[in-house]
Formats: sequence, C-alpha cells, structure tokens
Amino acid sequence: MSLPYPPCAGDQNLFTSLYPTLSQQLPREPMEWRRSYGRAPKMIHLESNFVQFKEELLPKEGNKALLTFPFLHIYWTECCDTEVYKTAVKDDITKWQNVLKAHSSVDWLIVVVESDAKKKNKTNILPRTSIVDKIRNDFCNKQSDRCVVLSDPLKDSSRSQESWNAFLTKLRTLLLMSFTKNLGKFEDDMRTLREKRTEPGWSFCEYFMVQEELAFVFEMLQQFEDALVQYDELDALFSQYVVNFGAGGKFNMFCSKSWAVLCVLRVNSSKRFCCLILSVHLQVSVPPGALDCWVFLSCLEVLQRIEGCCDRAQIDANVSHTVGLWSYATEKLKSLGYLCGLVSEKGPNSEDLNRTVDLLAGLGAERPETANASQSPYKKLKEALSSVEAFEKHYLDLSHATIEMYTNIGRIRSAKLVGKDLAEFYMRKKGPQKAEVYLQGALKTYLAEGWALLVTHTRKQLAECQKQLGQIENYLQTSSLLAGDNHLTEEERKRFCREILDFTNQQAENQGQKVLLPMHSFAQLKTLHFDPPNAVVHVGGKLSIELTLLSQMPIPVQVDQVAIHVHFSIEKNSYRKTAEWLTKHKTSNGVITFPSEIAGLPLSRNNLPALELSEMYERSPSDNSLNTAGIICKNAHMLLRRQESSSSLDVPSGLTLEDGAHVLKCSNLTLEPGDNKITFNIQAKEPGTYTLRQLCTSVGKVQFVLLHIYPIVQYDVYSQEPQLKVEPMTESLLAGIPQKVKFTVTTGHYTMKSGDTLQLSNADAMPILYHPESKAVIYSNTREKISESSLRIQSSEKITSISLPVAPAYHVIEFELEVMYLPSATESAVEKENITNKENHRKNKEKQKQDNCMATVDQKVTIDCPWSIYSTIIALTFCIPFNAKHSLLSAGKRKYVQVCVQNLSELCFQLSDYSLKNSAECTDLQLVPLNPADQQVVFSKQSIFFVWELKWTKELPLSLQCLFSVSFCPATSEEQSFTLKPFTYEFQVENFFTLYHVKTEIFPPLDAEYCKTGSLCSLEVSITRLVELSEVDRDEALTESDGYCTTKLMYEVVDNSSNWAVCGKSSGVISMPVAPRAIHKVHMEVMPLFAGYLPFPDVRLFKYLPHHSAHSMQLDADSWIENDNLSVDKNVDEQADSSSIRSRGSLHSTASGEHKGLPMPRLQPFSPGQVFNSSTGMQILVIPSKDDHVLEVNVT
Amino acid sequence: MAVCIAVIAKENYPLYIRSVPTENELKFHYTVHTSLDVVDEKISAMGKALVDQRELYLGLLYPTEDYKVYGYVTNSKVKFVMVVDSSNTALRDNEIRSMFRKLHNSYTDIMCNPFYNPGDRIQSRAFDTMVNSMMMQVC
Repeated sequence: MSLPYPPCAGDQNLFTSLYPTLSQQLPREPMEWRRSYGRAPKMIHLESNFVQFKEELLPKEGNKALLTFPFLHIYWTECCDTEVYKTAVKDDITKWQNVLKAHSSVDWLIVVVESDAKKKNKTNILPRTSIVDKIRNDFCNKQSDRCVVLSDPLKDSSRSQESWNAFLTKLRTLLLMSFTKNLGKFEDDMRTLREKRTEPGWSFCEYFMVQEELAFVFEMLQQFEDALVQYDELDALFSQYVVNFGAGGKFNMFCSKSWAVLCVLRVNSSKRFCCLILSVHLQVSVPPGALDCWVFLSCLEVLQRIEGCCDRAQIDANVSHTVGLWSYATEKLKSLGYLCGLVSEKGPNSEDLNRTVDLLAGLGAERPETANASQSPYKKLKEALSSVEAFEKHYLDLSHATIEMYTNIGRIRSAKLVGKDLAEFYMRKKGPQKAEVYLQGALKTYLAEGWALLVTHTRKQLAECQKQLGQIENYLQTSSLLAGDNHLTEEERKRFCREILDFTNQQAENQGQKVLLPMHSFAQLKTLHFDPPNAVVHVGGKLSIELTLLSQMPIPVQVDQVAIHVHFSIEKNSYRKTAEWLTKHKTSNGVITFPSEIAGLPLSRNNLPALELSEMYERSPSDNSLNTAGIICKNAHMLLRRQESSSSLDVPSGLTLEDGAHVLKCSNLTLEPGDNKITFNIQAKEPGTYTLRQLCTSVGKVQFVLLHIYPIVQYDVYSQEPQLKVEPMTESLLAGIPQKVKFTVTTGHYTMKSGDTLQLSNADAMPILYHPESKAVIYSNTREKISESSLRIQSSEKITSISLPVAPAYHVIEFELEVMYLPSATESAVEKENITNKENHRKNKEKQKQDNCMATVDQKVTIDCPWSIYSTIIALTFCIPFNAKHSLLSAGKRKYVQVCVQNLSELCFQLSDYSLKNSAECTDLQLVPLNPADQQVVFSKQSIFFVWELKWTKELPLSLQCLFSVSFCPATSEEQSFTLKPFTYEFQVENFFTLYHVKTEIFPPLDAEYCKTGSLCSLEVSITRLVELSEVDRDEALTESDGYCTTKLMYEVVDNSSNWAVCGKSSGVISMPVAPRAIHKVHMEVMPLFAGYLPFPDVRLFKYLPHHSAHSMQLDADSWIENDNLSVDKNVDEQADSSSIRSRGSLHSTASGEHKGLPMPRLQPFSPGQVFNSSTGMQILVIPSKDDHVLEVNVT
Repeated sequence: MAVCIAVIAKENYPLYIRSVPTENELKFHYTVHTSLDVVDEKISAMGKALVDQRELYLGLLYPTEDYKVYGYVTNSKVKFVMVVDSSNTALRDNEIRSMFRKLHNSYTDIMCNPFYNPGDRIQSRAFDTMVNSMMMQVC
C-alpha cells in the first residue's frame, strides 16, 4: 500500500537524515488490514511517501479527496535538553497541534529521537526519559502511545535495531488505523451521496468521481478486486440510472464516454471501460446500424487515444486489455457490412445503399478537432461503408490485426473465433480457398479440446467450403463425419449421407479413381466373434468370423463389399498350431470387443489406451521368499510413446490399403443404421497365422477403410501329422497282471478308410488280451464325441491287427486294450547273468539298497500304421511288483533255505503254488517245505517268507542251484479267466556245509556261583572240525610231513556292545587238524562290566591263508576290500586289546604298503553256513558286586 | 438468472454445458470456449500465489454485448463458466460468487460418487436440478 502523504513536522534535518532508513524499513513487514462490513482481512505492505508538513496540505472542510488526504501527522524532535524544550520545542508542538485541531485532524504522532552523542556534549542533561515524559504529560493526555522514542537510529546496534522495530510497528499500526478510519468515513459519505440519487439535482457525474476515486485508492493498495467491485457497482448504478431516466435521450453520452476514456487511461483496465460502453447503449433504441456505427467509432476513438498517450511498450503490455476493443470494433464493422450489403457477392442493392446513406447521415458531421486529420475513426467508417472494396480492405485489416493481437497474447481460441468470422466473410465473397485455412485451424482447436458442438458447426461450414473448392475426398470425408454426427438433426444427417451416396453412384458411371475414406465416421467395429471360439482351425476346416459393425449413417446404405485384409505368416514350430494347444486352450467365448470411440472427447483422451495393470511378485531364487511386490503396466509402451501431433483424424492422405493375397470378402450387404452383423466364412487352406489387419467397406467407388484393427485379432490354421499314442490308463503298469492301455490315434490330415488297420507285432512276453465288447470312440479335434464303433481285432501268431473305424481327417480315435506283461524265466536269468559266485554278496547288498523302488522292464511294441511306411515303436514300461531275497540258515549240520518275497506295489496279491526246486537234478537232495498254507495274501509294501529244509543222503554238492516260483494274482479280482505266469526267482547257494562248530562258554571264578561285575571270568572257545578234508578247503589245507592235514584259522573275540572287557589276547591264529571231531580250545579272561543277563561276546572265525598258498597269488580287489573292511572294523571295535591292534595294524600296513608279489599271510571269511556258532544268542547272568552297589548309592 | 452454465475439465473439454435459450446453444458454446482464453490467462497469472491463499473465483472474464461471462476454477483446475445476461442488474458480484460456490458444492458431490469417473461427462440429475434452479430464477 502506498499512502501518499503522511506529512512530517518538527526537526526537518533530523527527519531528512532518517528518511532513507524509514522508507526502506516501513514496507518490509506486512500488516493485517481488518476491514469493516465483514470483509475478509488482508495482509498488506505499507509504503509511504513522507512529505514536509505544510498548513496548505491540510484538507479544507468538505473536501472529500481521499487520494491527497494526510493520514498521519508526525512531529520529529531531537530535543534532550529541558531548557530547549521549554523555550522552543514545546511551543512548536503546541502550534502544530493547534493547526491540526483546527483542521480536525486527530491522527498524529510525536517522535523523540535520542542519541548518546548529543547527551555527552551537554552537561546539564536530565535523564532521557524526562523529555518524553514531559511531552507525554503536555500533549498526550490519555494517549501515551502517541509519543514514541527512537534511540540512536543511525547507529548499528542491537539497541537501536530494537527501538527501530518498536517504532515501525507503532507507525504501521497508526498509519493503518488512520487510513481505515478515513476510508470508512469516505465510504460512508459515498453511500450517503448514493442514497440521495432520487433527489433532483443529483449529479451522476459527481457521484461517479467519488466512487471512482475509491476504486483508484483500492487499486493503489494493489487491491484490484475491490477496485473492480467499485466499477461494477458504478456500472450497475449507471444502468439503473439510465433506465430510470428512460429513453428520453437527455443523457449526455459524450460525457460518459469521456469519463470512460479517463477511466481507461488512468485505471489501465479498459475492459471495465468496455463494459461501461456496452452498458451505455443497451437501453437506447436507435435505428439498426446506428448503434453499431457509434460503437465502432467509440472503440476506434478510444484506441486512438490510447495510442496517442501511451508509448509503444505500454500499449504492447496492455494488449490484453485493448484487444477486446479491437475485436469488438471488428465485429461491429462486420455487422455493418452485412447490414449494408457490402459482403454479398453482387454488392449492395439499392435498399442497402439507402440504408448506408441513412447511416452516414446519422453520424453527423465529424468533430472539428479531427476534421483536418488525415485519419480518424469517422473517416475510416465513412470510407469503409462507401464501397465493397474499401469495406473489404478495412475489415480485413481490422480482422488480421485482431487475430494477430490475440495470437500474440496467447488467446488462441479467441483468435480462431475471429478467424472463423473471417472465413464466413470469405465464403460470402466466394473465396473458399481463403476460408478453408481458417476453418481448418478452428476445427483443429475444437477437436483437440473436444468441443463437439463447435466441431459439428465448423465441419458444416468446412463441408460447404470443400464442396466449393471441389476437394472431393475431403468433402466426402467431412460429409461422412457429419452424417454420423448426432449433434445434427436427422434431416441434416440424411442430407450429408445422400451427398456421399450420390457421389458413389455418379462415380460408378465415370469409373474414376477409388476414394479412400477413414472408416470411423462411417461405421465402427464393435465386436468380432470367432467360431470355433479359440480361432484355431485345421487345414480344410471351416472358420467363421462374425463382425458387429455399428453403422453411423442415418439411413440404410447399400454396401458392395466388406473386406478384411489379412496378413498371413508361417510360423514354423509354433505351439499354437498343434492339436495339443487346441485341446488344452479353450478361450472363453471367442469374442473380441473393440474399444468404442467416444465422439466428442478430445483426441488426447480418446487415443490413450486403457491401463493394463497386473500384479508382479519377485521371489528370491534361493529360498523363494518374496523380494518385491508391485504393479506393472503391461502396455507402458503404448501409453508412453510420443503423441504424434500430426495424427489428425481429418487427414485422409495416410490411407492406403495393404495389398495382400488374403482378403476375406462379404458382398452385397445393406448396412442398417445401428448394429449390423456380418459373417465371413473361411475355408482354411495354408497352415499359418492369419492376422486381421484392415477392414474395408466399399460403397461404389468410395471405400471406407479401418487402417488398423486393434487389439490384434488372429486366427490360426494348422496342419497335423497323423499320430499314434499309447498310454497306460494307470500311473504305472505292473508286470504280470492284465492292465488297460489307451490307444489314441490322431488322424491329422489322414482320413481313415475302411480296412485301415494297426498291425502290432506280437511279443511273447506281452500278449494283447482281446475283449470282443471293446469299443473305439471317435472325437473331433475339439474333443466333441462324434461316434462310437466296435473294434475288430484279429490275432495271428505273430501279428495282432486292429481294424480302425472309418474317421475323417482331424479327428481322434480312442480305444482301450488290455495288455499283460509276463516276467519270464529268461528275463530274470538275464537279470542275474552277471552274478558270479564271488559277487553274490555284493549283489545282494545292492539289491537291498533298491528295495523301495520296483525293477522296471521296457517292453517294445512295433506298430505299423496305415499312414506311414515306417513302423512306430512304442515302449511300455512295466514294473515288477515283487522283489525276492534268499538266505541260508543253519542249525548245526542241518540247513534251511529261506526266500523272502517283498510286495513293492500298491496292490494286494494272493500267492499260491510256491515251490523251490533244485535245478541241478540231484536226486539225493530233498527240499522239504516248512510253509503253512497253500495260499497267502501279501499286502502292499509287505513281505512274506518261505522256508525249506535241505535234506541230503549222499555227499553234498559244492553249490546248489535253486529256482523259486510262486503264482500270484491280484487279491481283489474275483474271477480269473486267464492263467498268470508265476513269479520266479533263481538263486544259488554254495559252500553251505558246516565245517566248524564253535561253542563258547563262560565260567564264573572258581569260588563263585555267578559271575560278578568287575571280577574276571574265564571264557572258553571250543572249535570242532565236523567233516574231513573236503573240496571246499582243499586249497587252504597244509599237509604236514607226518601225513596230517592242518588248516590255519584265526579267531577273534569281539564284544560290540561293550558288556565285556576282554583281558589278554582276544585273537589268535590256531592250527586246526583237518579231521572230524578235531577240537581246539582257546581260553581267555573276560570281565563283565555290567550286571544282568549279558549276551556272550562274538567269536569270529577266519581262514588264515599262509603267504605261499596258491590262493594268495590270485588276489583280487574284492577280497582285499573285504579284508580291509575287516581290519578297519576291528580297529574300531576293539580298544581293550592294544597288542592285538598293534599286531593287526602291522599286518595291515604290510599288506597295503608292500608290493603284491611279496609273500604275506591274509584273512578270508568263511561262506555263510560253513561255521556254526552254537552259542549265538546265549546269555549269562552277571550279578552286581556289592561294593559297586554301595558305591553307586553313595554317588547317587 | 444465468443463461449458460458450463463445467470444463482440466484439459479444456466440456464436462457439462447447458444454456437456457436452446436456439442459442451454439453461440454459448462459442462464448464459453472463447472465455477459456481468459481463464487460462488468469490461472497462469494466479499460479504464483500460494495454493491455500488462492481465490477460486476468477471474476468477470469478459463482457460481450449482451452477456457477462464469469469464471471460477477449482483446485483441481476444473473450470466453471457462467454466462449472465448483461441487463440483469440484480446479479452482483456477491451473488455470482455464491452461485459458483453452489455449483462447486454440487460438483464435489458428483466427484464423491464412486460410480462417476473423473473426466467423464456429467450426467447427474441432482446437478441438473441445481443448474436448472440457477437458470430458472428469471428476474
């Protein structure tokens, strides 16, 4: 806010010195301006031009001027001397106060400036407050705030800064208070004046001045809104005034105009003025045209005045205010031109001329001050109305100037509107080529902003223009747009539609060039429906596409042809084309819906595709925990691409039809207004992917083209080789039982004729079981059941031939057959053939590892298919449901064979007719079964054991070849119409005769009845040879000089459960005579470590082979491994006997460290059954020693 | 009262436009569209002011021979334009303001409707009724 005159009295020098600081500091902080009548408070910055106090400045009584009103009187003094105060200052202040009182100015302030510098010079100074106190006492009764102290204002200290701030705040408050008070008074006065308006002799002029001043003050305060309100009120009052005084015409128009001019020049807001002018002539009725003339003249005069009094830069800055006048003048000139017939092609007729003359006469004589000037609004108007050419010139000048100004200040829409007027003018003048530019420009703006009605109107004008220009394509396009525009009336739309149809008919005769137009104005593609819905069809198959086309035309249109241009591409190895894809992917309904174009929305909105969002989770590869979750926009590339500015709908030049061999056509249709369904039937030919690219509707020579069908629409044509698939019906096939296998024949391009058969080569192990009631079912490729027919199977010795039913191409034949795999003896022999005597142990071990998974056998079937000269080989995998194990059990010399059959499958089986036979045909050998019943059921994952006793009469064979066989059938099946082959298991046992009998005994100490913990007991191992030198150990026997045969054995006593402490030597080598009943006894001491029934320690017996034995030269890896294992075991097991460890350790080290050629003894285990340990599983009672017992209790 | 009331989207396409003498509809469309020039100017001049201090009412946009065009802009840059007959002296600045406020309230109600997509044309009976009430009070 800038208050012009706060007058300052008192010490002028002082004030002058402070003035720069003051004027700089005052506006720095805003003040809240509270206002009367509930108007919102505002923050304003105060700014003042301080002036020197003069009595003349004080307003005289009755002077209402607000602008020059002195708001706050300030008296400045520097006095600090009481004497000086008394003699001079006091009087001066009194005088000043009196003057103020005389003018009834109550807003004043006394400023006492203090400085330390001054005080020091004076000796008789009083405390500094006293002067202030005195002044307050003398002048400010009750208003102590009217006197302020400003200390050391010119110094740069915090104290001075503080005092400045206090002073400024006070000054601002007082200034604003005074201003508000005076303003309120002024407003009140103004209102009083306004209320008097009905009294005679009230002058609007006078009132205008008052309110205008108020407005001006507001403007100075930067409160433009308030200023405008004043003008608004003034305007309203004026209108009312005019109405009240009626059409009497007593009103001095020119006067109001001059105010207005004043207003423009001062207020800098010509639109207010314009508004005023507009309202001026509203109510005055004058002959047509006269008013326009007057307005035109007024506008130009105002503009001329502005030009006359402002410089170029100022005018340019205010173009936004003056351009309205220009536009208004242009408009008025245009209407004058139309009125006077100056715009028509032929020129004015006599009536027009008469009217012109009247108007010109009505203008009266030109005012004398401009009469001599070469240019004046008056002259301009006169000239403009004088001739068609002059009018055109002036009108164009004005229009162009206006458009340029509008464009310069960025008011494009206004510029386009003036341009459209200009276009209208050109059209009247038969200059369509000039009009087109303006119309196109305007249309573009309206389209861009989506103003449908304006678009329609402008298009209508443009259509006319293009028609005149002979731009056939553009005209047709605009017509088609208009014909489909529902902002037009039905009649108008039909008219435009007929325009197109007329053209097409006329063109048909001329055989002219084809005219391509965009489709969207003519019709819209709404939906597309595929049948079959997944849009995949085999070669030769039928596909139909149904389009829903929304015709925008108001009348039915006969269409010659609707064509879809299709792009064909061969995608090799595309999964989309396979039958699997077809059967697995079923699209929902085969309907594709196209986004509808909403007419009227601006381009930018229309063109943007909808956001396609989807959830996104990113998991860490290591532990599958969620790393990130988010939303991704799938079509970001569509949304973020650059908006092509040139992609205007109205540019048809880009339309080209793709030339392609693949065109789907539909001829001679009538498109009714609204939805139309068009069906295309396609006979699929070449395999590949077909993409629907363009849609073209031909009406005569006009083609409406949809350039891109989006979203992408495709259909696929596939070709398929005939195929045979054989799959088990269950998860896996089990050997030995009949199971169903599904045969699937996919015919593909091959047509099944009668007599076509599948020839299966028979395999002995897998016969095909034939049921006469089995049926073949034919499905279409889309899994629809077509028919069912019985299957004929003929079996010869080598070949099973299955007659296939007759089926068309691209169908599926399915039937089921039962097959059974028989695990034959030869098969298991093959499995076993690698097992040699030595490896028997290891094989068994491996077998145990595989216990849980079934052994599988692949059975291959060769099938000859009718469509191929090559045979198809199909492998079926069968699982053997059983696993058999055998073991040899001994009791002294008696021998038993145990066979364990484990059922690995999920089924229950019934086992019967089990037998064990000796394949070696030994007559003196008998296998006595010890098995309970004839039939036994083995449940899933369970085992069953069978035992036979071996009995013999003569000498035993070295090895025994056994064949175990058992019949089985699923326990659940009731009837058995076929015989199943039994499950067989062949194995060999060897070296099973008992050579040695080992007996262990433990004796308590001599004086005790029982063994006691902690006391030594004696252990006696007696080893008895049972047979004479036999085939089995001939190699190992050593012949002594006296004819006796001995063999070396190593024994060892091991206690794995740490129940016993073996004292002394726990192992040793003994020489055993090879003779029946030869006994060797070994004694050692053991100490029981626990009380209770303790199992006896193990006694193991090994063959101890001397180094020169022939056997030692045949060392192979296996035996070494066995020995290795043994020695390692011993090391771990025995910790008590350190000496034995040492001895065995050396044995081991020499064995592994030395070369193989060096002689060394070695250990070999006996075959199972060769050593019978009669003490296995025996226990002996050990009683606790008493001391231990007490000790234990004590500890506890 | 008002002869034409328009709601214009941020992107300057009409969300709602209604005028009373229907024969002049086109003219009003042109008027409203042209007034957007001034609205834009005012908004850009206002842009520097702090958001919360911004005055939504734009005041008189421009006068034509027969009408006065007033503008109002919401914080989301949706514009309201009202065309008033010049001869209607009863409509003072304050009345126009209150009419705009009413319009704004009603528009806010529409925006609160979960079935209304911002940016779609306004097709609301409540809004129609309100606009009608502002147009029908012929003085």
